[in-house]
Amino acid sequence: MSTLSTYLYNIGKYGIFMKRVFSKPEKWGMYQRQFFIEVDSLALGSLGIVAFISIFMGAVITLQSAFGFESPWIPLYAVGVASRDTIILELSPTIISLILAGKVGSSIASEMGTMRVSEQLDALEIMGVNSAAYMTLPKILACAFMFPFLITISMFLAILGGWIFGVLSGAVSSYEYIYGITTDFRVFNVYYALIKSFVFAFLISSVSAFYGYYTSGGAIEVAQSSTKAVVYTSVLILVFNYILTQLLLV
Amino acid sequence: MIELRNINKSFGTKQVLQNINITLEAGKCNLIIGGSGGGKSVMLKCMVGLLEPDNGAVYYGDTNFSELNIKQRKTFSREFGMLFQGSALFDSQTVEENIRFPLEMFSTMTPNEIKDRVNFCLDKVNLVNANKLYPSEISGGMKKRVAIARAIAVNPKYLFCDEPNSGLDPHTSTVIDELIRSVTEEFKMTTVVITHDMNSVIEIGDNITYLYQGQVWWQGHNHQVLDTTNKELYDFIYASKLLKSLKKV
Repeated sequence: MSTLSTYLYNIGKYGIFMKRVFSKPEKWGMYQRQFFIEVDSLALGSLGIVAFISIFMGAVITLQSAFGFESPWIPLYAVGVASRDTIILELSPTIISLILAGKVGSSIASEMGTMRVSEQLDALEIMGVNSAAYMTLPKILACAFMFPFLITISMFLAILGGWIFGVLSGAVSSYEYIYGITTDFRVFNVYYALIKSFVFAFLISSVSAFYGYYTSGGAIEVAQSSTKAVVYTSVLILVFNYILTQLLLV
Repeated sequence: MIELRNINKSFGTKQVLQNINITLEAGKCNLIIGGSGGGKSVMLKCMVGLLEPDNGAVYYGDTNFSELNIKQRKTFSREFGMLFQGSALFDSQTVEENIRFPLEMFSTMTPNEIKDRVNFCLDKVNLVNANKLYPSEISGGMKKRVAIARAIAVNPKYLFCDEPNSGLDPHTSTVIDELIRSVTEEFKMTTVVITHDMNSVIEIGDNITYLYQGQVWWQGHNHQVLDTTNKELYDFIYASKLLKSLKKV
């Protein structure tokens, strides 16, 4: 098959997979329990790395803004304004989602891939369970529900990191930074970031599950599925980032 | 009774199953034997719906399984129990949770009834005090026993076993064979076992089908198999020097 027909084939296969994922669950209670397990594993388990990256990225953005605004014509509170907007519009929703694509996406794809090659998914099918739905739907819901919370925490910590390190390094005063982050604040920017994180969460969980679910072979193929999941999810995040920005901001 | 009618299956240009027509007896241990690559596992997967045959039909009693839609198949397959070659236990769940899973998903039992059923199944496979262990903490033989317990938990009509003795020592193999035999008789299940283990053939094979190059080459009972005059089957059975020397004695 040519590259184009392979892409089209995979898009069709993904559509059929999604139809199976969103079919009626056999027992809601079992899916609900799985949902809470996924919330703990995929979302809460990512809190540490999200917090760490956000604080330091926020600090770097503040220092870089202060470095770039070394002009008597630009008031120093602009450092706060620029840091806040960069963090809310791009750093937290997009960069953190790319990092989550690596962490959560590879975890989902390798878990599903291992279950496929060790016949655990076949075991579910034999029992009469829709394995695509049981394994994927709780993951998608957990990510779609929790990622906006993670991104909100990331925004807060990045702005906090910018304030702490900006003040400690003497790049900006506490008063100017706080004045900057509260000046011309647009609530819509936060909504925009949350919409993006919701869409990215869906892409990360569904595309990674898709690649994991259709793994065949052994350990090498599981690794390949995991790599494909991260690469394709990252590309899709960047493409959808552009589309959503065009639709929501322009 | 399970009936396979004119089953054919190919992968690309390679035809794996050719015009398979067999009837597997109800309430018995039906063994499918044959060399590696002979199409045994493919046939089993076609029977349970994990693979679609190119043509032909699989009948369970009067039900044409091949004609059922996905939803009907899901409901019908609740009558199946399956023991996979690698056991296929859920890694993230304990032994007890593995056996509880199909009960919680499909039965209307209360938590106490489920607990009793789990302990009953574990008792049947001679596994006690293993409830809280994870699959990674138990041996291969124990995994097979847990898989049997999980398969019989929902009281299936049909039990499918894909090479239940693979990777086990001779003693544990015999234990697993005896378990398959005893659960088949006790729960009056129709059991289908894929194997190339000659011990299993002699011990539990009520009805034996020999597959050779994707075709049904021989059918009969375990008391007939050792005296076969079929050349390919003879070569398969007496491939080991041990059996050959015993045959001479």
